[in-house]
Order: sequence, then C-alpha cells, then structure tokens
Amino acid sequence: MTVARDIPTSRSRARRVRGRPLLYTSYAQDMALLDTTAKRAWTFVLVVLAFSLAAILQDRSLEVLAGAYVMAIGAIGLNIVSGYAGQISLGHAFFVAIGAYTAAALSGPVDGRTIGFGLAEIWIWLPAAGVVAAVFGVIVAPLAARLRGLYLAVVTLGLVFLGEHVFKEWKSLTGGPGVGREAAVPELFGIRLNEDGPLGTGEQTMYVLTLALLIVFALAARNLARSRIGRAFAAIRDRDIAAEVMGVPLTRYKVLAFGISSFYAGCAGALLYSITGYVEPGSFSLLLSVQFIAMVLIGGVATVSGSIMGALFIVLIQPLTRSLPALLPVISSDTTVTPNVYQVETVLYGLLIILFLVFEPRGLFGIWIRARTYWKSWPFSY
Amino acid sequence: MAVLTFREVSLRFAGVKAIDGVSFEVDDKELFAVIGPNGAGKTSIFNVLSGVYRPQEGQVTFLGQDLLRRRPHEIAALGMARTFQNVELFHNLTVLDNLMLGRHHHFRYGALSAVLWYGRARRAELEARARVEDIVDFLELEAWRRHPVRLLPYGIQKRVELGRALAMEPKLLLLDEPVAGMNLEETEDTARFILDIRDELGIPIVLVDHDMGLVMDLADRVLVLDFGRPVALGTPAQVQQDPKVIEAYLGGAA
Ligand SMILES: Nc1ncnc2c1ncn2[C@@H]1O[C@H](COP(=O)(O)OP(=O)(O)O)[C@@H](O)[C@H]1O
Ligand SMILES: [Mg+2]
Repeated sequence: MTVARDIPTSRSRARRVRGRPLLYTSYAQDMALLDTTAKRAWTFVLVVLAFSLAAILQDRSLEVLAGAYVMAIGAIGLNIVSGYAGQISLGHAFFVAIGAYTAAALSGPVDGRTIGFGLAEIWIWLPAAGVVAAVFGVIVAPLAARLRGLYLAVVTLGLVFLGEHVFKEWKSLTGGPGVGREAAVPELFGIRLNEDGPLGTGEQTMYVLTLALLIVFALAARNLARSRIGRAFAAIRDRDIAAEVMGVPLTRYKVLAFGISSFYAGCAGALLYSITGYVEPGSFSLLLSVQFIAMVLIGGVATVSGSIMGALFIVLIQPLTRSLPALLPVISSDTTVTPNVYQVETVLYGLLIILFLVFEPRGLFGIWIRARTYWKSWPFSY
Repeated sequence: MAVLTFREVSLRFAGVKAIDGVSFEVDDKELFAVIGPNGAGKTSIFNVLSGVYRPQEGQVTFLGQDLLRRRPHEIAALGMARTFQNVELFHNLTVLDNLMLGRHHHFRYGALSAVLWYGRARRAELEARARVEDIVDFLELEAWRRHPVRLLPYGIQKRVELGRALAMEPKLLLLDEPVAGMNLEETEDTARFILDIRDELGIPIVLVDHDMGLVMDLADRVLVLDFGRPVALGTPAQVQQDPKVIEAYLGGAA
C-alpha cells in the first residue's frame, strides 16, 4: 500500500489504478467513507433496492420496516455514547420519550385533550424533538462525567424509572397510562405523510421518509466517527487519563457524546410513534432501553452499519415472536398471564446479548466482515 | 533560556513522600535526564508536569506559564507531550488514528463541520494526515499504519506512543522509561530516534530511566533521585563521579 505524499489535499479525483483497489493515490481517497469502487457500487445497489421496496412490499411490511429504520436511528445514537465513547447508558428510553412527547406536544391540536401547539410540520417538530432531548442529555451528562462503568449504568437506569413515573403522572402531556395521546403528526408543507395521498399510501410515504432520514443520520454518524470528535470519543473509551494528557477535555467530550446521542434518541422517539400515530407512557420502560442495547451489541459496538443491522434484526424477529401464541398455546399474548410473548422476547434479547458477547463480540458486523474476507480469499480458506 | 522550571516541589501520598523538595530547569534544546531506582519519584514528576498529580508545595513554570492550576488537557495544549512507562495507547484505534489523536488540540473545526465533512473539517483532517505521515516515515512505522495497536508487538507500541507524542508538535517532550523491556536492537533504534528528535526537530526532552546506561550516553545533564530526594545534578561525567550517587544509587543496586 503506497501513499503518494505530494498531493495530500488535492480535491481532484484521485487516479484509480486498475486491479489494485487498495492502492491509494491520495490521502483524500484513502480517507473517503466508501474507499473502494466495489464498496461504492454495493452501497448504491443496496440503497436503490431499499427504496424500491416501497413499491414492492405490502403496507403492513413497510410499516414494520419503517419502524426498524427509526429504531436504527435510535440505536446509532446509543452506539455513539456507549459504543464509540464507552459511556454505558441504560437511559436511552428516557431520551426517546423526551423526543416523542416534545414532537407530540408541538404537533398536537391546540384545543385538544392534551397539550398541543398545532405545529404539525415535520421540519419543526423533528429537530425540536432532537434538540430538547439533547438538552436533557447535556443536563444529565456532567453527572455521568463523574461516574464510571457500573455507577453510570445505575444512574442512567434511575433516569428511566424517573421518566416512567413522571410520564405516567403528567396526564395533560401524555394522556396517562392506558390512555395515551396522539403522536406527532407528520406533515410536510400541509401534506399529511402518514395518510394515503398523491405520493402513495401513508405507509409508502412514511417508509421512504424514514429510510431517507436513516441514511442522513447514518452518514452524519460515520462522519462524526472519523472526525476529531469520534477519535476523542474512542480515546476516552480506551484510556481516559491518557486521552486527557493528550489534550482531550474529558468532561466536555462526555457531555458532547451524551448530547449527540440524545439528539438521535429524541429524533427516533418523535418519528417512531408518528408511524403508528399513537403514544402511550408505558412504552418507555427499561425494556425499550434493553432493546437498544441489544441492537448495539448484536449489531456491533462502535459501528454504524452494525447498529442498522442490529435494529433490523431485533425489529424483524418481533413478527416471529408475536406469532408464537398461535403456534404454542402455552405462550399467551396477554401481559397478565405467564408466560407471555413479552417475557419470551425479554428472555430472547438477554440470550442473544450473552451469545453474541461470548461468541462474536463484534456482532453481526463482525460476522459480515468475516464472510467478506472469506469470499475475497476463496478458494483459499486462510 | 529555561523552557521548564521545577522549583522546590514536594508531593505526598498519605505518608509517602513521592517527591521531596526537587528543583531543576530544562533549557532550550536540552536533553535532560532524571534517573533513580524504582520508586524514586520519577514518574511522579511527570504526573505533576502533565497535571495528573497536584503537589502540596512548589512551583512549576512551563514557557512562562504556571502549570499547577491547569488541567491536563490545557497543559497538553501549551505544548507538553509525554509517553507513559506502561504503554497507554488507545488500543482499539489504528496506529494512524492514535497519531491523529495526538493532533487533537491543533484542530479548530466543530461538531457541525465534522458531521458534514465538508470544507474546514475535511481540509484540516487531510492536512493533519500529511503531518502524521511525516511522523510515520520518521519512526519507520509504515508497515503498521492500519493495525489496531493492541495487535502490535510491545516494542512497536512503544514507538507508536512516541509518535503520538510527536504528533502533538510539542515544545517539550517527556519520555518515561522509553527503552524499558526492549532488546538491544530496539534500544539502539530508540536512542537514535531520541537524538534525532532533539537534533533535527529541536525539541527539548526530559528522559526518565532507572538504568544509567542509556542516560549517560544521551543526556546533556542528569538529575539523580533517591526516595524522592535529589541526590545530584550535573553532566553525566560529574554525576558518575559523585560519591553520593555511587553510594545511594550504584551502591544500592550492587
Ligand atoms: N497514585 C499514587 N498513590 C500512592 N502512592 C503513589 C502514587 N503514585 C506514586 N506513589 C508512590 O510514590 C513513590 C514514587 O513513585 P514513582 O513516581 O512511580 O517512582 P518511579 O517512577 O521513580 O519508579 C512510590 O513510593 C510510589 O509508591
Ligand atoms: Mg516510574
């Protein structure tokens, strides 16, 4: 691998040497996100395929996938604070809730049963949900900056319980447990995106919207990860004292990590319930945090594509587990009966987390890398 | 002119006097060495300099700035770089990223620019990469560029740590036992790098070692410590002949 030293900042397209995809001829090319032609081509195919699903799949499947994409945005957020910056957070569900209720309140009707400001335009409530959640993240972060590992996990766990309690009691905002309220209404320049319209069915439109947003959030996270900020996060994770001695202000970067992560969580919360149209305060329990943790661990710690794989995996096994009661009458779909599907799911997440931690700590992303390496060197197995 | 002044510094840990009234100055372009047996307080001096420990008494001035009220990252930004006795690299990052991190305080772009990876951020990263490649060249690390450092042999890790400190473009370089655990060949390579850093890059160096050998060959001046107390200070030749040194240090080792 040679690197030409004389054209480091050249913006012109670097010359690609045929048959030598890893021969970089400029630093710009070497540092690009998709550094080989093959990667660029495959990414392009994948994106086109994902968008075309909107015309192929049925509305029910599109709705499930849209939910998965939104969960992926949330998972990327958790990966930023826990995977990249190494700050364990069990409180992700709390920030998701902040986003969901900020958006719901902003877009809700002014004279409704619950608080509403009548601002249904998505370009208002989506960034607002992210920003409000980020503010909460920044408020909590200094506490986190004083704590490490298990202590931080316990404090962020407390956040979930605190939030759950407040959201259940604050009925004018959330509608109260079992009742809930209308979630954020996705409107773009007066057009309601989650209803059938000129652009297609509501599910198709929401599918395209969430996919586009996921791509934007994923790209932003990849860029962040390869910047000075991503490096500082990783340095803090790997060795915090050394990071500080090398010039990284610890507290500032921990606050930044929580802020950005919570921004992602807030946006995810706002979008998630706008797909189904309804939000209930019981949704933001520890189980939701655990789901995100499972996505990060199963997908791959400190990888953006891993977070997406993990989210798809967790969301897409749900239709399977939810069909269990029909196959195995022992398992009930009623939460008051034991064993019920939700308990089965919780156990399943736990098992998957343990299995991945033991057998493939790099997650689905690691499996993918190994498969790729295997095929690259085929028929030579090593 | 003195780059660094360390005046009457004392540092105590619950009864243990790690540093006990130590004074010295480091001049421009000087290779200053601190030696002493294990537990003499050498690493503690570095930890005071980089802001990790706060001494109970004394004054430390670096390029005219008082260091004792500053946080470690502020001291780094003033131009103090160091390596650690037990390698403290960022284990999951590649060699390149470890070196790039050394340049952290040279970057000025913010989060928004980073997320967009356009304009300022992209330019700054490319420029930093070119600087880092110079160091990769200088330390002959080409073969390891893309390896996560946790997979590298110990001797190479030590060299990467030296590279990370150099990437900071420091005005003073602190090296804590840079050849500890190295074989003869690696030790000679490292000695050559240290001399090149001083002579070609003109960076003043404070070198800590528990062993006389390397220090006597390289250093301009030597401070000898024992149980946190200064025993002698002078050129290698002066120090080697000092009876107190022979008794306290060489005598103790024999
Ligand atoms: N963080 C600390 N807490 C308590 N004692 C310490 C600490 N750091 C150093 N010491 C003590 O200070 C003395 C000097 O240690 P150190 O500076 O590491 O010596 P050297 O680097 O010369 O081997 C030793 O007795 C050591 O046990
Ligand atoms: Mg030491």
